[in-house]
Amino acid sequence: MKLVIFAGPPTCGKTTVIRQIIKRMALKQIKTAYLKIDVLYADDDSIIAKEFGIPVKKIYSGELCPDHCNVVVLDEAVEWAEKTGASYLFVETAGLCLRCSPYVENSLGIVVLEATSGMNLPRKIGPMLTLADISVITKIDLISQAEREVFRYRVLASAKGITVVESNALYGIGIDPIVKHILKTPDVEFPMFLRGNPPVGTCTICVGKKEIGAKNHFGVLRTLEQELYYVGE
Amino acid sequence: MNVEKITVSGGYGKDGSEEKVKEFSMSVGDIVSIVGPTGCGKTTLINDIELFANRNTPSGRRISINDEPVPEDFIFDPADHPIALISQHTNFLSDLPVEEFLTIHATVRGARDAESIITETLSFANELTGEAILKDIAMTELSGGQTRSLLIADAVVIGNSPIILLDEIENAGIHRTKALELLKKYKKIFVFVTHDPCIALMSDFRIVMKNGAMQHLIPTCQEEKNVVGKMKQIDDMMLNFRQVIRSGDELTESVFNDSFNVLTF
Repeated sequence: MKLVIFAGPPTCGKTTVIRQIIKRMALKQIKTAYLKIDVLYADDDSIIAKEFGIPVKKIYSGELCPDHCNVVVLDEAVEWAEKTGASYLFVETAGLCLRCSPYVENSLGIVVLEATSGMNLPRKIGPMLTLADISVITKIDLISQAEREVFRYRVLASAKGITVVESNALYGIGIDPIVKHILKTPDVEFPMFLRGNPPVGTCTICVGKKEIGAKNHFGVLRTLEQELYYVGE
Repeated sequence: MNVEKITVSGGYGKDGSEEKVKEFSMSVGDIVSIVGPTGCGKTTLINDIELFANRNTPSGRRISINDEPVPEDFIFDPADHPIALISQHTNFLSDLPVEEFLTIHATVRGARDAESIITETLSFANELTGEAILKDIAMTELSGGQTRSLLIADAVVIGNSPIILLDEIENAGIHRTKALELLKKYKKIFVFVTHDPCIALMSDFRIVMKNGAMQHLIPTCQEEKNVVGKMKQIDDMMLNFRQVIRSGDELTESVFNDSFNVLTF
């Protein structure tokens, strides 16, 4: 099984890119399966199932962040994809808090970024960009060429050595180079490991503490002046 | 890359029929216009050129450089991208100040002396626009005309690209005949998408488009070249009138006649 993980901020065009890729994979007679991980709502799975007739699955992360959910279910998802007879599993996840990345070792990590989202975006999204193999820049038709070049530069400055692909996914422009990389993805190995180091911390908000102020929380804390300290066992 | 010549091989129109213009080429120094009604596919044609389409865009066209096809996976380092496309965008989405943006772009393009290049870019842009562009202003705060002027100046000076594609430069209230004169000083291939008869006739030839397809290639004949001189006079007269209105004066009969009576035909 070969694993391709797509991440990117909401509405950046991940699903449009994936649909164009699945279309080209189908033309090459390569079987793909698709898993969508979202927080509260998604209907891309049924759209993709209807359009391409491939096996799809959807999971809502609910009280977890989508990247956390990804870590918890990915081994089962790979087993499921294997049973469907697919040779590729495409995972689309809406990683949100920007501290983690969803990419697994021996997978292909693709981050999708909107060209329209401002020159500082590449500096803001952390490991979702820096640990990816490919950065797909979408909606390039909406900005000037000069801005495209500067945006690309900013991406490369944040994630050295990353492959940048510019795309106008609505028209299928810039998809072929992504497919080329996907075809070179190695088989995933078990046990699977996350790439990079996840942030250290237990989120007290995730466990239900609603009170505002550091004195009501534990773990790694900080003041407004960014002084870090630790409270707990 | 040393671009001497670029060739566009025809594909298909919106109805799937083959384009009547099977192929045309442009060499360094050429000025070419693309004309036709709105929605006829002019912008799509220059987008195909910019992307080095290789039968892989909806039109099925193919672009070759120096008579060689451009390979499908050929990805240019943005620093030597030979084509600059000035699209119809009249606003920037980039949230950087003008000077910082231009500095990064000059760095990407491998400029040795970024500071002097930025000065040249701004003075080029400011010749085309009414209100001067200031270095410290955010890109997003520029007006439509300032944006287009800066895009053109950036492509020509910072980009220094051998091929420049300009999509309807007449639209943004910039001085277009002045733009053409300034541009002609640089030895490049210029492709104008235009509705402007002056720009069309100042070109070496024009491609007429309809229904997504290239229909005719019309070289500018001697008779048309003679007409350009007269049209420029009319154009300058209209620009004078515009200036009168812009500066808050009245366009009286005598002001009109002063300009009209000096026409030499």
